[in-house]
Amino acid sequence: MEQIDKELLKQVAELDSLPVGAYNIRTNGESSARNTTADIDIVSKTDKSGIDIIIKPGTKNQSVHIPVIISKSGLKELVYNDFFIGEDCDVTIVAGCGISNCGGEDSAHDGIHSFFVGKNSKVKYIEKHYGEGTGRGKRFMNPTTVIELGEGASMELETAQIGGIDDTLRITRATVGKDAALVIHDKILTDGGQKANAELSVALNGDGSSCDLISRGVAKENSVQNVTIKIDGNAACHGHAECDSIIMDHGVISATPMLTASNVDASLIHEAAIGKIAGEQLTKLMTMGLDEKEAEELIIRGFLR
Amino acid sequence: MLELQNISFTAPDGKDILKNISLTVDDRFVAITGPNGSGKSTLLKVIMGIVTPTAGKIILDGEDITDLPINERANRGMGLAFQQPVHFKGLKVRDLLELAGAKDTPKKTRYLHACDILGQVGLCAQDYIDRELDGTLSGGEMKRIEIAMTAARGTKLTLFDEPEAGIDLWSFQSLIHVFEKLHEQTGGNVLIISHQERILNIADKIIYLKDGEVDQYDDRDKVISRLSFGARQKACNYCGDMREEG
Repeated sequence: MEQIDKELLKQVAELDSLPVGAYNIRTNGESSARNTTADIDIVSKTDKSGIDIIIKPGTKNQSVHIPVIISKSGLKELVYNDFFIGEDCDVTIVAGCGISNCGGEDSAHDGIHSFFVGKNSKVKYIEKHYGEGTGRGKRFMNPTTVIELGEGASMELETAQIGGIDDTLRITRATVGKDAALVIHDKILTDGGQKANAELSVALNGDGSSCDLISRGVAKENSVQNVTIKIDGNAACHGHAECDSIIMDHGVISATPMLTASNVDASLIHEAAIGKIAGEQLTKLMTMGLDEKEAEELIIRGFLR
Repeated sequence: MLELQNISFTAPDGKDILKNISLTVDDRFVAITGPNGSGKSTLLKVIMGIVTPTAGKIILDGEDITDLPINERANRGMGLAFQQPVHFKGLKVRDLLELAGAKDTPKKTRYLHACDILGQVGLCAQDYIDRELDGTLSGGEMKRIEIAMTAARGTKLTLFDEPEAGIDLWSFQSLIHVFEKLHEQTGGNVLIISHQERILNIADKIIYLKDGEVDQYDDRDKVISRLSFGARQKACNYCGDMREEG
């Protein structure tokens, strides 16, 4: 693996070497390394680009890594990854995409991830998007995540796009079954002239279902973010959404909550706040010896942690 | 040693908050007390550089620091525990306590020091070190962490703005112990705004501010006896106003 690919892998999956357990590493449009285990199978799709990840019922304390790295300028791809998670599992899935574009042509990765989570299974999903490169070519990423949570299942998503992506449309759609719970922590940092659109849409369809959607955004310089969070309460359920954003310089953030309750026992809450870094936070850190810029960086680092 | 020379501050609405204050702080513990609105907090903010005085000079160990920004004062050995601690989403107690530790000490030493200081303010380090400094902590917990963060810096001039507010009486002795340890460690000066008799009682000197002016600045016993009019009156624990006892 070339040095640039290794560095991207470290950024998106925090990997210095090949991971333990099942993995599939996709480099410049092709699967470059793969490992399966007795409980986790990874199969290439035959009708389109992408893989099926099949996790056997009862698989516990195992992980799957499926990072994507693009270091070739001008590469554009659309990839379908489907996760079939059996009943009573407890697994961690680490995805992520890193683009390094030092050339003159645009690079793009559109990934569509679908999760079918079986009864009483527990899934943690971590996805990081990152771009770098000094070329004129732009870096685009459009991840779509589709989730179906079965009865009693739970899924926690930590998704982040921390810099370097010129344009993104991030779509997450979920249906949550009886007694199932979905937690999403989504973080976006944009700067320069970058644009980011995020749409989170959750249907709470089963009695006892819940969701907690937390979106944090920081828009620096002339960047623009639009975040839409939609919760449909179709059963006796609890839904909570929180959009918290910091704008700096000439950044623009628009947050749109949409709550629809169609069951009298649905309880839905939305909170949204957009503003600059609080002056008292800067002052406090300056009384501890940081200059204004260092204080700002620490506040943002914590906010997007 | 801190020296204030003819410090005045006029608010944007024209109100004189501090009027020609000149004093020197060179004792172990100096308490500032006085009624609400007498300018106590503003005085600490002027010393720390958060508020720019309209006139006058601030001298720290012989150096004129009047025009220095907050962080440069901090790096010259000053610290301030806020009256109202600040929340930070995402930042943990550990982050700020480690930041407060000396930069040239190893991370592990800073961590152990942080745990020790949390213990001093009556918080179990294990339970609090990874808590976020957000709305999930109570006012009293935030206040203790604020005191711990400030003490962890071990500065030669440390300012506390009403450290007792929100702290239950049980932990008063611990709070006083924090001041004593801080002095032991730094040999510096601690300047504390307080209305609490138990804190005034450990002060070497007391400054009594009234209407933006220094009404009294003397040894503790002298100021207390002058203010208490033969022990018939005492400073109210809540507002600092002089009240008849009994």
